[in-house]
This record gives sequence, C-alpha cells and structure tokens, in this order.
Amino acid sequence: MIRDTTIGAKLWITAVWVVVAFFVINLLAMIATVIMSSFATRWLGTWLPAGWTTNWYFTAWSEFQLSDVLIVTFQIAFTVVALSGLLGVTAAYALARRDFPGKKLVMLLFLLPLLVPPITFGIPLATVLYQAGVGGTFWGVVLANLVPTVPFVILVMIPFIEQIDPKIEAAARVFGAGTFQLFVHVLLPMLLPGILAALLLVLVRTVAMFELTFLTAGPTSQTLVVALYYSVFAAGVRAVQSIDAMAVVYMVTTLIWLLIALRFVNPTQIVARAKQQQTTA
Amino acid sequence: MTSASSNSLDHRISLRQRLALRGIDGVTLLVLPAVLFLLAVFIYPFIYGLILSFKPKEGGTFANYRTFFSDPFLYDTILTTLWLAVPVTIISIAIALPVAFRVRLMTHQRLLTTILVLPVTLGTVLVAEGLLNYLGPQGWFSRTLMLLGMIDRPVKLTNNYWGVFSSLIITGFPFTFLLTLSYVSGVDPALEQAAATHGAGSWQRFRHVMLPLLVPGLAIAFCLSFVQAFAVFPSAVLLGAPAGPTRVISIAAYQAAFEQYDYSMASAIAMIMAVVQLLIVVAVLGIRNMFYRGSTAGGKG
Amino acid sequence: MLLASSPFHEIRLDRLSRAFGAHNALKDVSLNIRKGEFIALLGPSGCGKSTALNCIAGLLSTTGGGIFIDDKRIDTLKPEDRGFGMVFQNYALFPHMTVRQNIGFGLKMRKVAKAEIEKRVEEALNLVRLQGQGHKLPGQLSGGQQQRVAIARAIVIEPPLVLMDEPLSNLDAKLRLEMRAEIRRIHNQLGATTVYVTHDQDEALSLADRVVVLRDGEIRQVGKPSDLYERPDHLDVAEFMGYRNRLTGKVIAKDGDRMSVAVGNATLTGTARASLKVGDTAVIAARADDVVAGTRSDQAVEAVVETIEYRGREFVGTARTPQGLELVFHAPQTAELGSAIWLTIDPARALAFAA
Repeated sequence: MIRDTTIGAKLWITAVWVVVAFFVINLLAMIATVIMSSFATRWLGTWLPAGWTTNWYFTAWSEFQLSDVLIVTFQIAFTVVALSGLLGVTAAYALARRDFPGKKLVMLLFLLPLLVPPITFGIPLATVLYQAGVGGTFWGVVLANLVPTVPFVILVMIPFIEQIDPKIEAAARVFGAGTFQLFVHVLLPMLLPGILAALLLVLVRTVAMFELTFLTAGPTSQTLVVALYYSVFAAGVRAVQSIDAMAVVYMVTTLIWLLIALRFVNPTQIVARAKQQQTTA
Repeated sequence: MTSASSNSLDHRISLRQRLALRGIDGVTLLVLPAVLFLLAVFIYPFIYGLILSFKPKEGGTFANYRTFFSDPFLYDTILTTLWLAVPVTIISIAIALPVAFRVRLMTHQRLLTTILVLPVTLGTVLVAEGLLNYLGPQGWFSRTLMLLGMIDRPVKLTNNYWGVFSSLIITGFPFTFLLTLSYVSGVDPALEQAAATHGAGSWQRFRHVMLPLLVPGLAIAFCLSFVQAFAVFPSAVLLGAPAGPTRVISIAAYQAAFEQYDYSMASAIAMIMAVVQLLIVVAVLGIRNMFYRGSTAGGKG
Repeated sequence: MLLASSPFHEIRLDRLSRAFGAHNALKDVSLNIRKGEFIALLGPSGCGKSTALNCIAGLLSTTGGGIFIDDKRIDTLKPEDRGFGMVFQNYALFPHMTVRQNIGFGLKMRKVAKAEIEKRVEEALNLVRLQGQGHKLPGQLSGGQQQRVAIARAIVIEPPLVLMDEPLSNLDAKLRLEMRAEIRRIHNQLGATTVYVTHDQDEALSLADRVVVLRDGEIRQVGKPSDLYERPDHLDVAEFMGYRNRLTGKVIAKDGDRMSVAVGNATLTGTARASLKVGDTAVIAARADDVVAGTRSDQAVEAVVETIEYRGREFVGTARTPQGLELVFHAPQTAELGSAIWLTIDPARALAFAA
C-alpha cells in the first residue's frame, strides 16, 4: 500500500482520526452515561453521581414487569428465529441451486423488505394485521418481524450454500441418501456455521427491532425495546435511573447475542449483505 | 409395467422433464413458502394500503392526498424529514469515505468495526435514551465544552432539531461507514498501485481511479442510508420536538393510524413516504448510471 | 468382498438418449456391460461421456431409452435407489466427515449394523492402502490419498456397478500413473463391474477390457483396446488413437485389403479400414512411431524438416510435405532444420480410410 509522507497528507490523516475518535468517544460516553445513571443514587448537576446503588434494577424489574417483558421478548425472538430459519434456508437452497424463469423477480421480492424501512411498510402491514384480528397479539408481532428477517436469512445463506460443491450432494444421493438423510447427514452439518450466524443476527435484529413491534404489539406482546420506548416517552412518572436500568438490561440482552454473533461473522456483513446481493442482482 | 416394451422407450419427454430443463423441479419449489409468505405479509399489505388510501373516511377518491397536500401541518412533514435526512446522509458519506480509506489500510479493523456496529444493533430507542442524558443540559457533553471554555452556558441539544440530528448521525454513520468500507475494500489495491507507478499523486489517484470505481457503491450506500434516515421515528419523538420542528412524516402517519384511527389517511401518508423515498432513490441511481458500473476487482475479476 | 457374487449377468443401455433443449448430448447409445467387465467411455470433452455416466448414476434424467440390470428397468429409479458406487472427478468427499465416516456413509445409509460397517471400512482402508489414516478429515489428505478414499467409498458398498468420472484428471502426471495401477489392481482383486469415463486414451487403453469411443453423443466404436489401437473403424477414432499423420491420395492398386495409394510422387501402402476401390480418394493414416526418416525411394515422401527434438534414444520431429501437410516422424539421428528428408511409412502398420 502506498503511504504518503508529506505534511499535508499527515495533517489529513490526523484529521480523519480526530473525527473517528470524536465519534467513538461520544458514543462510548453516551453508553457510559446510561450505565452510570442506572447505578446512581442521585445524579443532578454534577460530573459524577452522588452515590452508588443497585436498587434501580430491582425497582425497574418490578415497576416495568421486566421478567414478563423479557419472557415475551425471547418467546417472540426465538419463534422468529425458528420460522425465519425454516422459511429462509429452504428458499435460499432453491435460489442457490436452481436457475428458473422469474428468479430475478423473486430476488427483488426478497430484497425489497430489506431496502424499504420498516415504518413505511409497517403501517399498512399493521392495518392489515389489525383487520385480520392478529394485530396486538403475539403472532401479529411474530409475523411482522418475519418480514425483514426471512429475506435477511435468504440473502446471508445463498452464498454459503453456493460454495458447497453440488457434487457432494450428488455423492450422497448415489451412496443411498434420500432427501431427509441428505439434509441431516450432509447439508445441515456443512451449513451449520452459516445458519448459526444468520440466526444469531436475526435474534439481534428482532430484539432490537422497534418500529414493527411497536406498530403491531399489544399490552401483552411488547418486547423490551418497545417497553423501553414507552417508559422514556412517559418519563417524569418514573425515576430516570430506573429507566436507565431498563436500558442497561436491554443493552446487555442485545450485546450478548451480538458478541456471540460476531464470533461467526465480520461486522461489515451485518449491514453489507443486502447491498452485495443487490449489486449483483 | 412389467417388462419394458420398446414403446415405453420412445422419445417421450414428460412435462416433468421439460420443467426440469428450465430449472423447475422439487428443489425449486422450496422457494415457494417464503415467496407466498412475503406476498401475503409484504406485497398484499402494500397493495391493500394503496387501495385503502383511495377510500377515505370522507370525500372523493383523492381526498386523503388532497388533504395532505393542502394542510401545511401535514405536507410540511416532508420538508422537515428531508431537512433531517439529506444533511445526515451527506455528512455521513462525506465522513465515511475518508475514514474508510484509512481503515482499509489497518490490519486490525475488527475492534473499530465492532465498536461501530454497536449503535446499529442497539437501535434508535436506546440511542435516544442515552443521548437524552448525555446531551442534556446537565450532561457530560455540555459540561466538557464548558470546562474547555468553549461555551459559558449549556447548549440546548435535546428536544429540538439537533437532538434528532445527533441520534441519526450516531445510528446512521456506522451503517454508512460499514457499507462504504465494504465497497472501498472491494477495490483491488493493485489498481491504485498501478496508477501510482504511472505517476498519479494521491489526489489524482483518488479523483481518477478510486472515485469513479466507487461512485456506484457510494450511490447504493447513499440510497440505503437516506432511506433509513427518512424513516426516522422514535428519536424524533423522544429527542426532538414532535409537535414542531421535528414533526417528521412517520409521526404524521403514526398519529393518523393510532391516534385518530384513520387507517385510510395513515396508508396514504405511508404511500407518500414510499414515493418520496423512491423518487430520491431513482434520482440517485439515475445519476449512478452515468458512471462506470462493473468489476472493481482489477483484471482478474 | 464378494462382488462377483452379486446376482446379475449384465447391465444393458438400450438406445439411451438425453437432450438439453434442442441439443442432443446423447443419441441412442446402446451397450451391454457384462458382469465384472471394465468399460471405458472415451472421447473428447463434450462428446457425451459424462452425460452418459450421470444418466447411469441417475443424477441426470434420460429423455429416451432405458437402462436395465438383466430385465429390471432401473432408469426410472432415483440415484439413491440404484445402489451404484461412484468416484467423482473432484472426489466429492464429505468435508465434515472423517475418512472412516466417508467410507462408511453408503453402508450407514443402507442401515448396516455398526460392527459390520467398522469391519468393512477397515477392509476397504486396507485395500486402498490407507491403514492408519481413518481418523483424518479429507482436508488433511493429499490428492492421491483423497482419491483412494473416494475409491474405497465407492467399492465398500459392493455395488453391482462402479462409476468413475475422470477420477485421475486432478492428479499430477506421476500420481496419475500410480493411481492408474492402483485402480487396475483393485479391479483385478475385486472384479467389480466398472464404467470409467476419461478423455485420455492411454488411461482407457491400459485399464479397460473394452473401450467405447464416443463422439457428438454417439458411439463411434466399441472394442478391445488392441482392436481400437490397431484397427480403428473411422478416421476420427484413428486420430484419437494417435494416428496423427494423414496423407490423401488416389488408390492405384488393390491386393486383398492392401491398398496402394499415390501421394505426390510416392506410393504408400496400408490396410484398408473401409471399402475402397481403384480410383477412389483415400487417406493413409499412420502413427508417428511408424513414420521413419530414411533413404530416398518410391515408397518415401519428401518433406522439409521444421522442428526436431531429442527424445533420449531417438529424435522426433515434424516436417512439411510439398503439398503443405505436416508429418510427425521418428529419426535415429538428428536432421538439419530446413533440410529435405525422405519419410517412409511402415506398410504393415499404416491404415487406409475413405476420404
């Protein structure tokens, strides 16, 4: 790689890093504010809180019925993971292995939900779901969340499947494996890293998905992020620290899965998959 | 068939085989569940919403659209949203590009990219909540600036335009950056080296080699970032002034649907939102088509 | 391993055809394969040999004709129900399974008891000389070893038919010779009925009991290697068998199947491989080994040397005739580039075809 050593180039590089540092410092400071506030007894008009406590977590836990919310969040997230895995992997397999008339149209159908922001398609979708009577229920939230996650799994899995030599499947067939055995003994073990990565990212996305859940959730089908929104929205009724404790619970929930997912995928993949597919389409 | 008579060996190509030759067989059918699902929960609601928007609670077919474009309280939301989304997108791209050029030279990109992926996965609600504290009048941001003597009283950065703006940058910049990085890393370094051996300076290399190769990717990054920013919703409510300067179009749509229960109007606003996004995307992609489109991987690609 | 005891007599391809749209990749291929026979399908790329193999394996459906084991029709069966063994060009080993699991895969699918699988996998490992490698993953093996695993995987199930799709083409020259000998040895030991696809005539001739030459999806000739080598039926088969020198002329005399053909000023003699009569245009075909630089005579063709290479015991060169034909010849000593030489063609080895 070419390195410039002129003064101008050095200034330019420094400027670039200053911008990055400014961004990262603000980001980390913002997260630190939330965490610190959640452990603060009282924090008004000073650099640091007056004292430390863990009480806000217990308060938040009972005030916001966090145990219920967490259970609902994970029920929704894991149902979404299972269904999007099932629908997504099978469709990705067909798309990776066959060329058929209308394939480009099908690919477009799978790209659109990732390109159109959730709030745009969420409003008509919520309208339809409420008309059909599933709006505000567990399954309404699951259905809405599946709209972006099924295409996401498909687009992540297609390159994974394409890199498996079809001759290996042919070999399994010739040596006596039926469709089910082929799947269990050959395809599944070979695709497992890809499936795991895709589904972990689906889990993170579903836990963090605000708009679709917000538009379709009822009182008993709220996920953590929606509960967090409502508590911030109604701030003033509750102590800030209690809301921050909830935010930390939310952050930890998302981060655990994100960290696991990052062991399997490159961070750029989390945002860049859709675009890679799109440029080739 | 007990024995194979010679008739059964004749060249009869069954429908199944003809379909298989065109790539349609049992495996192809696996795509159907996902296709049907998306037709049902994505395409159908969109069409339903489109039709519903032409069946207003009162008035003629176009009453919703007429109302929207005659009420400044409603049509101003488009401008308000653009006024947020366009600067945020342009600034994100303008910062992301030089940073990506530097980061691509790093061998340990992973820590930085991991930090940057945080706000993308934490989502807008958490960022809004965090910024409320951090940028608030007693927050660390204002305190630091006062300590440095750059200001003498706290700057107002929440419950106004700047609050929403900051939150969009915090969630939008990492997204734009990671996209840009994947494009910048996709350009074969040998092309830049080749330009250098032919005497091109760093600005010339950027201007005549890298930029033309990157324009298509940057156009896509612009579109995706813009579309995300245009759909700003929770932070406009929590960090902005949702009744005034940051009353964005999604707030108008949400209020129509869930506060006035006018699903027809809400659908009309959602359709207007989609059309504005589409127009910008088409315009940007149209400009992109005037540039080189193809492999950025060098000769072998 | 008692492959020879599999209860069948022959496998029959009956007017097998496969079309891809308007393109006929395989046209009415009929062939009887006797139990224990080693058949090589030989031809240039695109001749339909791999299509034929995939049709037999069931990986491609046929568009005409049938495949029978004795009287049982099998081309309607799915590949997993045919019970054949197959060795793939790029081995197609399961990358996530150990060598042992790879070899035992077919037996596992057949629900053979665990102990029995272990015993037979061990036997197969011994047969392909991979003792002690059973615990490794395919990625840890060399190309030659992977090929041995692929062969073991195909034969351990004791299939009625083993299919081999250019199994040596991914190996380097030395390993290729070594594995060729291995395949021959294993075939001699087990007597497994085998269909072997290759584009390499040396491989086909050295391995097969019978060679089937395919061209444009059709069978050109079927025969023992020596028949094909010495008595090809067609000029294109001859070409494929190394008859690189072709000289066109008029038949001037005929004595039984001995044809005298006038080429330029020379009279060349060869054995007729087509019905020819005096006055017909004929092509004399000869291998490079049978074209020797010698002295001027009525039976010798004059040509100008263009290249000459030392090949150890002798020299091999190319020369151009006044008619512009290029001939490949052997010579006991070197020749000056650009000098005229006289090339004689062994009349006992040359063949005459209709032009």
